[in-house]
Amino acid sequence: MSETVRPNSLFKNLNAKVAAIPMIATVLIVFIGCTLWTALISFTSSRTLPELTFVGFDQYARLFNTPRWNISAINLGIFGVFTLVFSTVIGFVLAALLDQKIRFEGAFRTIFLYPYALSFIVTGLVWQWILTPTYGIQRVVRDLGFETFTFSILNDQRFAIYAIVIAGLWQGTGLVMALMLAGLRGIDEDIWKASRVDGIPVWKTYLFIVIPMMRPVFITTIVLISTGIVRVYDLVVALTGGGPGNASEVPAKYVYEFMFRRANLGQGLAASTIMLTTVLIIVIPWALMEYRGEKRK
Amino acid sequence: MTAITPLSTGPHGKRPARIFTPARIMIYSVLLVAALYYILPLYVMIITSLKGMPEIRLGNIFSPPVEITFQPWSTAWSSACTGLYCEGLKVGFWNSVQILIPSVIISILIASVNGYALANWRFKGSEIFFSILLFGAFIPYQVMLYPLVIITRELGIFGTLPGIIMIHTIFGMPILTLLFRNYFASLPTELFKAARVDGAGFWQIFFQIMLPLSLPIFVVAIIMQVTGIWNDFLFGVIFAGSKNVPMTVQLNNIVNSTQGVKEYNVNMAATILTGAVPLLVYFFSGKYFVRGIAAGAVKG
Repeated sequence: MSETVRPNSLFKNLNAKVAAIPMIATVLIVFIGCTLWTALISFTSSRTLPELTFVGFDQYARLFNTPRWNISAINLGIFGVFTLVFSTVIGFVLAALLDQKIRFEGAFRTIFLYPYALSFIVTGLVWQWILTPTYGIQRVVRDLGFETFTFSILNDQRFAIYAIVIAGLWQGTGLVMALMLAGLRGIDEDIWKASRVDGIPVWKTYLFIVIPMMRPVFITTIVLISTGIVRVYDLVVALTGGGPGNASEVPAKYVYEFMFRRANLGQGLAASTIMLTTVLIIVIPWALMEYRGEKRK
Repeated sequence: MTAITPLSTGPHGKRPARIFTPARIMIYSVLLVAALYYILPLYVMIITSLKGMPEIRLGNIFSPPVEITFQPWSTAWSSACTGLYCEGLKVGFWNSVQILIPSVIISILIASVNGYALANWRFKGSEIFFSILLFGAFIPYQVMLYPLVIITRELGIFGTLPGIIMIHTIFGMPILTLLFRNYFASLPTELFKAARVDGAGFWQIFFQIMLPLSLPIFVVAIIMQVTGIWNDFLFGVIFAGSKNVPMTVQLNNIVNSTQGVKEYNVNMAATILTGAVPLLVYFFSGKYFVRGIAAGAVKG
């Protein structure tokens, strides 16, 4: 820019602003615009096409009177709680074990983390095969002589959602392990020396000193896992297709079906707004906490 | 928030004893059992894909193949059926390549320039936009899907390659911008100031000073995008259009189709083929892959 141009605040630093246009457009149009549009239209009676006949909370009332949605919401709860608890615990335990100066640490790490590189579709299809009653684990155990052994969670309405938990844990715990291991490596060596001098057992040191010190790592991990949980979609499509019946449906799938298959836009948008609200409940307190933490520094 | 330290700083646990104590044996056993659990599905996938159908019906899923056959692999690649078309998974593979290459290049170019502007050329409001951008990474995709369908349709790119490329660029932006911004901000500011004094402008500094210094972070970004875009299913289903169906979508159609006799060996071969690209990237990139994960977790 030539210096002879009269300074004007809009043109100051013009190149940077031009360079940031894609970001500004994404923020304004997609993240703010699309989200507000969805929330707004979820209060209308839109079916095949969006329209502006407002009906208040009718779509939401209908949503929570639809068994399929309620099953989806409950399934998300079950999947969420189990995934959160088990992936945090298993991820931390694996990280703690790997942190004991063991041999082949790199090999173990590579093995625990590789499923994370695979897509949910691949994950879902592999576990579908392993859990198929006719050929999978059930058959293997029966062939060993336990003729009445039953393990057919994929065909059982009560347990299909747990098949998704199992596959999801296989795919995702490696990530938690990697984050936790990085957190453990950030703990000061002196803490360990001090606790050894004081004769505190290793497990106590972990439970009462190390874990509290790793609070930020735990919180970040939990927020990351939780927002991923709310989104779960591909895994269900590949592993169970939502079945048997509607037994393993999840909200993200409900949204997709009502928007793109059943031409019931209002329902799809209302359901997606509920998903958004769930995420906001998780993310906003965390964001505020982070922000305050930053200010204090 | 505290930054996550790289894994290379070494373990903090107790120094290993010379002899194997019961505690050490316990640790190794638990780790080995866990490792077996993680490897098992990959093992099952591979051996199933090498068996013939008669052997699959007779044997169990964990026993290695008696007679190794590569027929399922060639069937999966060149003649597996999705609906009426039996041209194999190669169609989806090339579609994914076509989506992947431009999406990776465009999303990284845009995000690197964004990150550079945010790190070195802050303007009024730039931090606010950046905060909302990061926040946007947490919004479930389902919330923005339908309006984006309308927008891409109005632009005339719904169901086309440019459409899906734009979608990948948009949703890759938060994490990539964060990655680049943090990296550029970590470079010594003297470098930037000296270039400014010498009269270099925005683009000149970017191309002649910043880019040559940022090869490692570009590698991290490429790995993140290649695995992320290759593994995408949702955007592919909606935005790519029936002519550009990516590999994951085609794989799911092949395996979960309800017609015909299920050929489990072909299905598993197809599954490995789809997982092969991110797996190869993972096994060959090791540290960079982990760095990408850490970058995503340092700040959300």
